[in-house]
Amino acid sequence: MTQVNLRHLRKLYPGAQIAAVDDLSLEVPSGRLIAFLGPSGCGKTTTLKMIAGLIPPSGGEITFDGQDVSAVPAEKRGAVMVFQNYLLFPYMSIGDNVGFGLKMRGEDKAVIKKRVGEMLELVKLPDIASRRPTQLSGGQQQRVALARALITNPNVLLLDEPLSNLDAHLRDEMRELIVSIQRDLEVTTIFVTHDQEEAVLLADQVALMFDGELKQYAAPEEFYQRPVSERAARFFGGVNFIPAERKAEQILTPIGDFSFQAANRETAPTGKANLTIRPEQLKLNEDGAANTVSGKVRSRIYVGTYTRYKILIGEYEVEVIRTADMPGDINEGDEVRVTFPADRMWLVEGG
Amino acid sequence: MTKSPESPTKRRDRVARVLHGLAVALLIFALLAPLFAFLINAFAFRWFYPQLIPSEFSLRAWQSIFGPNSKVVGALWSSAAIAIGVTISSVIIGLPAARALGLYSFKGKRIVEFLILSPTIVPGIAVAMGLNINFIRWGLAGSHFGVALVHLVPVMPYVVLTLSGVFANYNPEFEEQARSLGAGPIATFRYVTFPAVFPGIVVASLFAFLISWSQYILTFLIGGGRVVTMPILLFSTSAGGNEALTAAMSLVFIAPAVLFLVLSSRFLSGKSGAIGGFGKV
Repeated sequence: MTQVNLRHLRKLYPGAQIAAVDDLSLEVPSGRLIAFLGPSGCGKTTTLKMIAGLIPPSGGEITFDGQDVSAVPAEKRGAVMVFQNYLLFPYMSIGDNVGFGLKMRGEDKAVIKKRVGEMLELVKLPDIASRRPTQLSGGQQQRVALARALITNPNVLLLDEPLSNLDAHLRDEMRELIVSIQRDLEVTTIFVTHDQEEAVLLADQVALMFDGELKQYAAPEEFYQRPVSERAARFFGGVNFIPAERKAEQILTPIGDFSFQAANRETAPTGKANLTIRPEQLKLNEDGAANTVSGKVRSRIYVGTYTRYKILIGEYEVEVIRTADMPGDINEGDEVRVTFPADRMWLVEGG
Repeated sequence: MTKSPESPTKRRDRVARVLHGLAVALLIFALLAPLFAFLINAFAFRWFYPQLIPSEFSLRAWQSIFGPNSKVVGALWSSAAIAIGVTISSVIIGLPAARALGLYSFKGKRIVEFLILSPTIVPGIAVAMGLNINFIRWGLAGSHFGVALVHLVPVMPYVVLTLSGVFANYNPEFEEQARSLGAGPIATFRYVTFPAVFPGIVVASLFAFLISWSQYILTFLIGGGRVVTMPILLFSTSAGGNEALTAAMSLVFIAPAVLFLVLSSRFLSGKSGAIGGFGKV
């Protein structure tokens, strides 16, 4: 169990104008599972490789349990990385692959053999130690890579896009395996992903990165209820943004004035901002509800488990998702009343 | 019932097969016929026109090759020492260069590639003439070491090109993975890099060995008669007019090269990764 701290971490590649990672500070609590989330090129993999010791930082500090590890080479750092494409050594058997870390430590052959068996058991692939990497499926290779990384009881486990190369059904299986192993071993784990759903499902805490900067570091729910910016909200599927001005507990917008009662609202921006609300939290045709304005249904899309409506209010369009509508309940062209629940709205910076 | 005429594609296939077989037979004949002539010559004692087969056979040529006064054994040692030294040092020099060319892009890469290739364009004799003066000045002329050094000139392009082809298909993240798992730089090379590039090293070594082994003009100019390798000895022997001795020596000269080729042949097939990137040149 190791607590990882990044302080003002920075990476400027030689010849580059803009830093790949800039002034990144965060704390990974011991034994937790956190995600670096962001679009490709946001610096998340660079950050992971800096923690692993594979890329030297241009500035800042990395500490494990308070000890600065910047000068510790990758092979001595105990931060083991699992790459996106598994990288099983093709010239070795599965058993030799899994045992590689212990062999590097000069462990006894019998000890290695025993531990390899245990690790393959852990990833639910017993009896394949004598096979070759090319004889395994992608999902099996991924598990072997995980076993190989965990055999030395690393301080920190680093996973680069652990699920992105797997089929949908294998992904669920692998996700559960990662979570259960991580809970069992309580190894501090950081993984990188571009998929917000993956981050939400796996991680205790999510670090959202754009353009080499950490934008928000919080529990997954926060990104839905209290996004830090319009871009952060959009990354998590937020679609409704209406220009607004906040005055104390009031939000003034071109489509109407609403009372604002969200939890932690003191942390929301004041003055000019954008009102945002999740499509599934808007209500339609609620009798006698406050914060209600009228609009007209522009389109209705039946998706199966839910129905998506686009509703024009004044000159602004909002999206509403409802899960219990029957065909004919609300049709295209209908006049509807749209309720913005006072405790579900949030404000993000914006013009 | 009438016999259905052969379809045109079938006929073309058959013609192609016959032509293919003919071409292969011709190739094998062209490669083996001179060797066969050598073989007969090496055991011939009297063989005059228009005899098809020598009238008398003898082992005299072979006796003189392996006899007490023979220079052949010494020349074989010289050739082997130089060729093996050139092979090992060319791979050690070539690996980092090939890695840089195969994996990274950098300023002036095209120029470096051209400079490495240039010995294949510039005639060796021109290089050797220029180098000779300096080698004499540095005391390298006439030494085995000096000859090995000058052999590196024609050898390096082939070694670097072969190995850079291997690196072009190489994923350096394997090395990062090994380091992350606790392997230091030496263990990483031993367990990850070396096995991956090994087939390429074999093929590059084959080229290096063969080029050095068969080098005449550079050895002659830099060795100045004091370094007697097999090609030097063979040349003077053939000038001496003893055909049986020349033929026997040629066979001795060819044997190690053929042996090396056969041993490394499985790495030369298209299925091996070693020459995968060769088309890139």
